[in-house]
Amino acid sequence: MRLGQTRPRLMSDQNNEATMLLSVTDLRKTYATADGPFDVLRDVDLTLAAGQTLALTGESGSGKSTLLHLIGGLDTPDGGQIMLDGTELTALDDTGRARMRRETVGVVFQQFNLIPSLRIVDNIAFQAQLAGRHDTAWCATLADRMGLTSQLHKYPEQLSGGQQQRVAIARTLAPRPKLVLADEPTGNLDEATAAQVLALMLELVADTGAGLLMVTHSDRLADQMQRRLHLARGKIA
Amino acid sequence: MTRAIFQALLSHWRRNPLQLFTLLAGLALATALWSGVQAINAEAQASYDAAAATLGEGTFDQLTRRDGQPIAQGTYVALRRAGWLVSPVTEGRLNGVHIVGLDPLTAPGGLGTVRIGNGADVGAFLSGRGQVFGRAEVLDALESGPEKIVSPDVAPGTIITDIGVAQRLLDRPNQIDRLIVAQTQPIRQQPLSVVAPDLTRRVAQSGSDLGRLTDSFHLNLTAFGLLSFAVGIFIVNGAIGLAFEQRRSVVRTLRALGVPLRRLMFAMAAELVVMALIAGTLGVALGYVIASLLLPDVAATLQGLYGATVAGTLQLRPTWWLSGLAIAMGGTFMASGTAFWRLAHLPLLAGGSPRALTMASGRSARIQGAIALVLLCLATILAVSAQGLIAGFALLGSMLIGAALALPFILDRVLAVAERFATGVRSRWFWADTRQQLPGLSLALAALLLAMAANVGVSTMVSSFRLTFTGFLDQRLASELYVTAEDPTQAKAMIAYVAPKVRAVLPIQSAAAQIAGQPTEVFGARDDATYRDNWTFLSKTTDAWDDVASGKAILINEQLSRRSGLTLGDIVPLGDRSFKIVGIYGDYGNPIGQAIITEVAFSSLYPEIEPLRFGLRLTPADVPELVKSMQTDLGIPSANMINQAGIKKFSLDIFDRTFTVTTALNILTLAVAGFAILMSLLTLAALRVPQLAPAWAMGLTRKELGLLELIRAVMLAVLTACIALPLGLALAWALLAIVNVAAFGWRLPMFLFPLDYLRLGGFALLAAGLAALWPAWRLARTPPSDLLKVFSNER
Amino acid sequence: MNVKALILCFVPVFAQAQGFAGLGADADGFSVPQPDPTFQFPADHGPHPDYRIEWWYITANLTDAAGNPYGLQWTLFRSAMAPETRGGWDDPQLWMGHAAVTTSDDHYVTERLARGGIGQAGVTAAPFRAWIDDWEFDGIENGTLKATGPDFGYDMTLSAQGPLVRQGLQGYSVKSASGQASYYYSQPFYQISGTLHLPEGDVLVSGTAWLDREWSSQPLADDQTGWDWFSLAFDDGARMMGFRLRQTDGQDYTSATWIAADGTPTPYANGALNATPLTDTTVAGHTLPTQWRLQLPAQGVDVTVTAVNTDAWMTTSVPYWEGPVEIEGSAKGVGYLEMTGYE
Repeated sequence: MRLGQTRPRLMSDQNNEATMLLSVTDLRKTYATADGPFDVLRDVDLTLAAGQTLALTGESGSGKSTLLHLIGGLDTPDGGQIMLDGTELTALDDTGRARMRRETVGVVFQQFNLIPSLRIVDNIAFQAQLAGRHDTAWCATLADRMGLTSQLHKYPEQLSGGQQQRVAIARTLAPRPKLVLADEPTGNLDEATAAQVLALMLELVADTGAGLLMVTHSDRLADQMQRRLHLARGKIA
Repeated sequence: MTRAIFQALLSHWRRNPLQLFTLLAGLALATALWSGVQAINAEAQASYDAAAATLGEGTFDQLTRRDGQPIAQGTYVALRRAGWLVSPVTEGRLNGVHIVGLDPLTAPGGLGTVRIGNGADVGAFLSGRGQVFGRAEVLDALESGPEKIVSPDVAPGTIITDIGVAQRLLDRPNQIDRLIVAQTQPIRQQPLSVVAPDLTRRVAQSGSDLGRLTDSFHLNLTAFGLLSFAVGIFIVNGAIGLAFEQRRSVVRTLRALGVPLRRLMFAMAAELVVMALIAGTLGVALGYVIASLLLPDVAATLQGLYGATVAGTLQLRPTWWLSGLAIAMGGTFMASGTAFWRLAHLPLLAGGSPRALTMASGRSARIQGAIALVLLCLATILAVSAQGLIAGFALLGSMLIGAALALPFILDRVLAVAERFATGVRSRWFWADTRQQLPGLSLALAALLLAMAANVGVSTMVSSFRLTFTGFLDQRLASELYVTAEDPTQAKAMIAYVAPKVRAVLPIQSAAAQIAGQPTEVFGARDDATYRDNWTFLSKTTDAWDDVASGKAILINEQLSRRSGLTLGDIVPLGDRSFKIVGIYGDYGNPIGQAIITEVAFSSLYPEIEPLRFGLRLTPADVPELVKSMQTDLGIPSANMINQAGIKKFSLDIFDRTFTVTTALNILTLAVAGFAILMSLLTLAALRVPQLAPAWAMGLTRKELGLLELIRAVMLAVLTACIALPLGLALAWALLAIVNVAAFGWRLPMFLFPLDYLRLGGFALLAAGLAALWPAWRLARTPPSDLLKVFSNER
Repeated sequence: MNVKALILCFVPVFAQAQGFAGLGADADGFSVPQPDPTFQFPADHGPHPDYRIEWWYITANLTDAAGNPYGLQWTLFRSAMAPETRGGWDDPQLWMGHAAVTTSDDHYVTERLARGGIGQAGVTAAPFRAWIDDWEFDGIENGTLKATGPDFGYDMTLSAQGPLVRQGLQGYSVKSASGQASYYYSQPFYQISGTLHLPEGDVLVSGTAWLDREWSSQPLADDQTGWDWFSLAFDDGARMMGFRLRQTDGQDYTSATWIAADGTPTPYANGALNATPLTDTTVAGHTLPTQWRLQLPAQGVDVTVTAVNTDAWMTTSVPYWEGPVEIEGSAKGVGYLEMTGYE
């Protein structure tokens, strides 16, 4: 029985190694402050399989966004390891991380971060072009599903917040990333719009089979994810 | 990927065409001013070179007669027969054309720049009607006679022809002006003193006399071009900085989306290269237009000042094109250096709000202030100790850049003081708001500062030059009438004829000599009140003229003094006599040394020289009549009599032309600076709305807001002008007292021209006011809904 | 512009193949040599301005005290742009001087150009005097000869030891099958002595000299590319002049004069003289024969002529080869060789 109990776990571990899209081990990030060094993240471990959705909740300042930035290759940790799609992200240099951001990860920001001087149609296609995976039909589908078809030739400033975030989501999904990171994607939207945008995002992420890691402080949003982790003072609770 | 990056980067310009225009126009204007001035200089230089090549100056020694008279043709043949390889030149003016006659068979440099194409008729050149070579416009001025061959390489205003043809055209049979000495001479030749004792050998000078004479003028122009370029670069720097700042969020987004930094930098550099090329090409073309508009005036100036003939039309020279493009490129990268540095160090995850236009705040302002302080200290040290050209230019550079960097700090302090003393909420708000706006305008204001300082500096320099030079003419051309006799007999007859009609007859005679190893022209002057009254000295002993009259003393010019180190009280040997230096005088524009001794001493040293030129002192009103009577009674041609009033009028005309050039350049640089202000204000306009909305909400009308914007711009311009004036004067001082001395060996005294500065200040205010007019008008017309949005959409 | 090079187009003797064509056969306004001339001396020692070209051409074979061979050349060319003289700079008569000294190791060359009319260069017949700048050839029976250059010079005295010799038919020298001709006489019997001023010092020399006087307006035919000219002084006192004009068709036109020791000339028409190149040397980029076999069977002459210094290249405006030679074979002696038109 001990044997029987052990074997599946071993197999499951092996399975983890092979199929886990993301695995974070002992991750640590420290900031220097006036009162000395401050650990934003301590010994963080987490895994995410392809197609899985995971909510990351926590108070303001709990380190959620920092963790997301580290996983997205936007920032570098002070310790620990991040394996993303079989590559050790933490071992890559700046160029390597840029390549990861381009080709493997997509990030949806709270501030949308659209390119103000490009029209909507170009914004949607933009990251796919960077990654060299532009697919006009897919972009059109995304625009259609996001209800942006009539807005394609406008500029970001002419769109409402909800519309802008839908553009940002479409842009993120256009190159079919393996992992979608979302940082409070609905934080700037009113409740009704937020629900609508989130539903669309979940639906499309599911369609592409990507993993989704969403940072939010809203329990209601977190409940819609398959798994949920809570971060408190830099540690997974 | 590259396409996508460029798409994102370039889309910024499509959405902000005004910024693109600023950048391109700023760079193009900077390049235009620089290359326009360069074009003028290059054209002039090419003209001097052509002249030098034509006349064999610089390359070959020359033989001339000691007394300056023409050389008899027999002397030439005698020299050839004695084994001297010399070649004759006869030259003169006909209908305003400089005619140079050469003997192609013996000229060591051939015919200089003339190229006769294949199948050219040498027979026609050497005999019969003959041929003349010159530029088309010069040939047109010549009456019919020899066959005219257009040859653009001949020096402007000059024609080259066979010496026989020249003697015929000028009606000077058998007369030769000088002999060019071939560099290689045969062995066993007889000494010159035996064959032709009345000839003197002038050693070839590297660089033509003309070139050195006119260098002063060109240095002024170059300084102006450089200053104008600096102004332009400030504008470009501002435009690039703004564009980079505004694209900060795009850059961050791009990097978040996975664009490597290096690739991004490369893309932005490539973008700038293309822009620099476009703007550079436009600028060079524009510079060409500027140069071709100004060149006739410059040519006239040079002709009048130095007798140097410069073509009035511009030729396109490849080096000039390339240097224009290179300077545009260099300027762009100079201006974008900091922007690139900041881009490279831009953190990937910086806080949300753009830091646009806050450069003068906090740490960077302190750093800028510190650099300014260091540069200004350096400038002070250099001002006291600088010697030589490089130090002079270092002084100019550190002074200008230091002042430009210090400007925001100084303005900020001034505004802070004004704010403290302001009464009433509205005026305090005005000052505070101005301070807040200062960082965004500081680059444009720095451009204005430099433009004004450059204008003050150059105007002071040119005006001082004019004043000095006209004063110098008064001193040198004290006599009312100058007469040149054809030979000693005519001279004697002339003296007898005019003696009862004039106050004094002053012979003008000179001889070439060496003093302290320097080539020097020694003049013999008659002791006369004319000299005592008019001659001004840089330094002299109390009884200088009495000492000179005693035959024991000598006066020398500043050039000789500076080069040889001779000063008051030193003893100068000359021939078998020696003289004590009792005075040093300014001698502007003269490349060689000059000295004056009394007439008696001169004729004992140089008995062979008989004076042929004379200055006559008489009532100016009597001059025309005397000229007429000498013409009829003595047969002296009117060309040999020069009316002093005519020369002075001519000189002043020349200066007026110089001023045309200077004023045109002044207005252009100010226009450029005004343009910078306009662009800064327009760019700031969008950012200003949230700042102005509360004031509007609290009860200021939009019209009032617009007016205040206008007042603010003019006020800032006034403050800048107040700083520019002392800076410009310091600039002028450095140019006159350090750069000029280092370059030419003489110092120009500096004069102040308050009215000119006032006018310049008026121009600057006008430029600033005009620049602020449109943004202010736009502000006054801002729809209230835009202002309301500030409150509804606050984030 | 290189005026000098253009000027030389008027001196067809030196003109290369292309230069001959320009001259043409019709002597535009210039007189043309006619058969059976009667020379008038001393007048004919002087210039003939109505003819296009003319020269006073002296070559000398010299030895110093140690027996070392030297060559000397003094030439004054006249080239007229029009068949007249005028005073002053308008004179259409142009003058060119070439001077050279050849040693077994070195070759010194210099050149002068001048216009007539102003006294810088010219020739007077009586008393005879030819000059350009400080160069002079003074006196035709007993004369002096002087020239200077940047690195050499000479002062010589000449003395004629025999009569003047008319070349060709009584001085009418035919230059081509189509009849081009010149007036041509020589003084091949000069004894010469004097001082050569060379960079290594003055050298006292003596030997024999040869004067050629020739004038014409149309010396060569269109198809002639250049010439090889020989003046030979045999040890027994006889002299021989011979030339070969090369034609574009590969044929030659030859002419020779045998001059007995007493000065009696025997002219030989085309074909009598055989001139065969034996050894080629490349000098200044030009390949030309510096050793020849000369045969004049009518006089039993079969000699080898060898350059004293193969590097006798005249670096004048239009370059050519001119230098002293030594004679071996049926008779011994010395002479001069001139070659033009070698590409």
